[in-house]
Amino acid sequence: MKDITRRRVLRGVVDGSKVAVALPFLNVFLNGNGNALADGAALPVRFGTWAWGLGMNEKIFVPKTKGANWELPEEIESLKGVKQHINLYTRFNGFRDAAPNLCHKTGWVNSRAGMAPMNQTDYPGETIDITIAKKIAGPTRFSVLTTTATGNIRDSFSYENANSMSIADYSPLLFYTKLFGEDFQDPNAKEFKPNPRVMVRKSVLSGIMDSAKDLQGHVGSEDKQRLDQYFTGLRELERQFDQQLTKPEPRAACVVGKASKDEPQAGLDYTLVGKRHQMMTDLLVMAITCDQSRVFNMAYSQSAAATSKPGYDKPHHTASHEEPVDFDLGYQPQVSWFIRRSMESWAYFVDAFAKQKEGDGHLIDNVLIYATTDQSLARIHSIDNQPMFTAGRAGGKIKTGLHLDGGGSPGTRLGLTAMKVFGLDVSSWGTQSNGTNKEIGEIIA
Amino acid sequence: MKLVFKCSVASSLLATVAAVALASCSQAERVAKAPAASKVASVQVADYQGTVARVRRMTPEQYHNTVAYIFGSDIDVGSPFAPLRRTDGLLASGAASVGVTTGELQQLQRSASSIASQVIDKGSLDQHTPSRRDFLIPCKPVDETAPDDVCATKFVKEIGRLLYRRPLADARVAEFVAGAHKGAADLKNFYTGLAGVVEGMLLDPKVLMIADLTEQDPAHPGKLRLDAYSLASRLAFFLWDAAPDDQLIKDAEKGLLFTAKGRAQVVDRMLASPRIEQGTRAFFDDMFGFEDFGNLAKDASVYPMMTGATIKDAREQTLRTVVDHLLTRGDDYRALYTTRKTFMSPTLATVYQIPTKPGWVPYEFPADSPRIGLLTQISYLSLHAHPARSSPTYRGKALRERLLCQKVPLPPANVDFSILENPNPLLKTARQRLEAHRANPVCAGCHKITDPMGLALENFDGAGRFRASEKGADIDASGSLDGKEFHDVIGLGQAMHDHPQLTSCLVRRVYSYATGGPLTSTDDKAITALNAAFGQSGYRYKALLRMIATSDAFYEIVEPTTDSKTGEKKAAALSSDSAAVSK
Repeated sequence: MKDITRRRVLRGVVDGSKVAVALPFLNVFLNGNGNALADGAALPVRFGTWAWGLGMNEKIFVPKTKGANWELPEEIESLKGVKQHINLYTRFNGFRDAAPNLCHKTGWVNSRAGMAPMNQTDYPGETIDITIAKKIAGPTRFSVLTTTATGNIRDSFSYENANSMSIADYSPLLFYTKLFGEDFQDPNAKEFKPNPRVMVRKSVLSGIMDSAKDLQGHVGSEDKQRLDQYFTGLRELERQFDQQLTKPEPRAACVVGKASKDEPQAGLDYTLVGKRHQMMTDLLVMAITCDQSRVFNMAYSQSAAATSKPGYDKPHHTASHEEPVDFDLGYQPQVSWFIRRSMESWAYFVDAFAKQKEGDGHLIDNVLIYATTDQSLARIHSIDNQPMFTAGRAGGKIKTGLHLDGGGSPGTRLGLTAMKVFGLDVSSWGTQSNGTNKEIGEIIA
Repeated sequence: MKLVFKCSVASSLLATVAAVALASCSQAERVAKAPAASKVASVQVADYQGTVARVRRMTPEQYHNTVAYIFGSDIDVGSPFAPLRRTDGLLASGAASVGVTTGELQQLQRSASSIASQVIDKGSLDQHTPSRRDFLIPCKPVDETAPDDVCATKFVKEIGRLLYRRPLADARVAEFVAGAHKGAADLKNFYTGLAGVVEGMLLDPKVLMIADLTEQDPAHPGKLRLDAYSLASRLAFFLWDAAPDDQLIKDAEKGLLFTAKGRAQVVDRMLASPRIEQGTRAFFDDMFGFEDFGNLAKDASVYPMMTGATIKDAREQTLRTVVDHLLTRGDDYRALYTTRKTFMSPTLATVYQIPTKPGWVPYEFPADSPRIGLLTQISYLSLHAHPARSSPTYRGKALRERLLCQKVPLPPANVDFSILENPNPLLKTARQRLEAHRANPVCAGCHKITDPMGLALENFDGAGRFRASEKGADIDASGSLDGKEFHDVIGLGQAMHDHPQLTSCLVRRVYSYATGGPLTSTDDKAITALNAAFGQSGYRYKALLRMIATSDAFYEIVEPTTDSKTGEKKAAALSSDSAAVSK
């Protein structure tokens, strides 16, 4: 029998869309306790977001009890397998103050940027993922990875500023190429050779930066700001090139399979969205495992979700406004059907992190994922009591398995808590009534 | 001879590649043979103010077209750009305010790297791929494994001039050549060294951002104008949706763009070029909101004939109709909403339920057909509908916002729509359901704006198929549009044709598109003058393009000032001491 290396076996196993493979723990990569890298550095803690559209039906979504002993109501019963990894937050509010209630917008902008927009063209400033990325992105290739399961590049809830939406990766094949194409450096490779093409890139880049500065001298003040942002991007690119010229830290669980050729066709049929979500999630989990990024976003749907169901003539959003409330059930059954599909994907997302080995634990131990929506009851565009979730233990800093009742306090408390967990020097977050300086202390370990 | 860019004759090495880019030249050739716009109308916009100077990011299409012109249409560019926000009715106007995020720049770098690798590709006999380096690089190095500064200089000057849309300064050329030299020496490959330079150029904000650089206007002391190269760029992105070609840069170098006669000569050449089709397609694709086709899907269980190919062809059908009507035939813009002439493909013929031949063929619906004008094409009908049913409201809203530049208010946040799907079996048609919905006065406010004309299209289902009834009930397709009553879709087409805002909306959109951003009060006088002139031309689209492109307003620059009370941006001529510096 020919020699079969561990890596060869793994590569043989990993084919098609499943790229995340649980690996035996290799002590060589970690410290004696298995909870830090061999050089003593702590395993990185990552921040992520997950978004679903059109909220919930409170009656069958919100558990009856608080704390650790809560039962999963029927609309979220698919979370049973991951309940121990998540927290559910209900009765936290977003506030509009003098702003109008902008359908499918006010709610998510509140959660992600801590402010109520004044009109449909008033986009958020910096969203929470970007804020945290500035603190923790560190030496990774991608400061933020933003993905969507809708197949639409526009479905992103991440903004660098009001004029700059983060581009959403929407195709599993293109996402694979971006992550694991020719510029990917296997952190576990025996030999490290700096790519000479990267050196050439870096040398040319300095001239481009000079060019950007020169152009700044010839434009108005608003355009100067945009060129400032461009210049920052070039500096970030330069940092990436430096990172590519540096030997990466080994990551035992980083094993990259082949790209799947099974690209889902365009469309928002729930099966296509679900499949796309699974494929993008698997790639995202491996990218995080391989330390390609420490901040990530996934949108299961746009805010006014257009997910559709074969044979039913209304997509989710349309159904939320046109389907009658079932007198006996007390809610819109088809709308609930769509929400249940969203929750199944949320369960898949959490489980993908929970299954992925890292050190002597799992990746879920070293992430904090913040899941938000755009409405509570979409039928009437209510933004009161929008549900939120977190998943993960953030390196042991966050308790999980809890149902928290906000008692009508600002939902921005959760964002503030996340920022503090990641060491941001902030005393408050949010504007006007959304402004808060009070963390959610019950979840701090 | 005005045409320097032909389908079959190439005048330069790079033009050869560009000619290859125009693989399907049949319609483009017809466009080029159409009557010159200068003969259609010679109306000048006399009363105007200049426009504001802008910095806009290239749109994905402009980037793609520019790369295709310089390096060939078979270069894979990928999708490196963040989507633009529709502003004042156009995605292109969103480019004037959008920033470039860090993540986007990373995507652009990967795209640039891929393009550079393709440019220096040596090809493969086994794989039947051409050696692009042989025709894109104008010289051969003495030794492929070493730097060759002479050859690199030639390449950098030639490519840099086209990418930067102006000649590169000697110092900049020297920097790039030094970069190519270092790359070639380090990598022991002349071509890989050049690839590093191409990659760098494609990341330069002076390439990716279209900056209006200005200078003092000697003909109007105290006023500013675009410098010659910025004016060339504005013309090219307006008319061709791409960077200037070699000839246009030469025209700018010679100062041809600063005389009325010279500018008219240049504009006529551009209007006569087959590339005008590319620009026209880009404009209408944007104005019609066709980017939504990228994510359009129909419920296969309800509309099994609506495949991805059908949806793609629906978009193409409308663009072909527009190009044929406005450019090839030079017909009245308003008649686009009453014409029965179009083009047909086999996949579309299935939905239209008519016989056809293979490939795209000209087609004319019979005089008694309900298919009349763009509103009855599958593109409009399917794009503005639900996945499994029609939507009079979506169709009416799109008609007002996209085609008439009107604003439909958003629905109130706390309204309950569930009556729309009232289980009462007597409500069989959309008209009946919407009438019940409008019984709610909160809903009625908006729906009376959108539904009366949307309901006139109810003879077409969510895929655009004709139907006489819905759930067994005959469809009543009567309606009204801003005071004009009609009893069917033919009447709707005529009402659109006669609507004064149909043409003024086009003028607004085209002027925005031409000047690279949303309209400001600076543009009011030009818009008024253009509306009148467009009418005098018989609403000929090419004439409108010519009027704008040859007008003084197009190249004179004013600086917007903000009214301290209203916050509104107004224009004022810059004094000479506040002039920006051209470079």
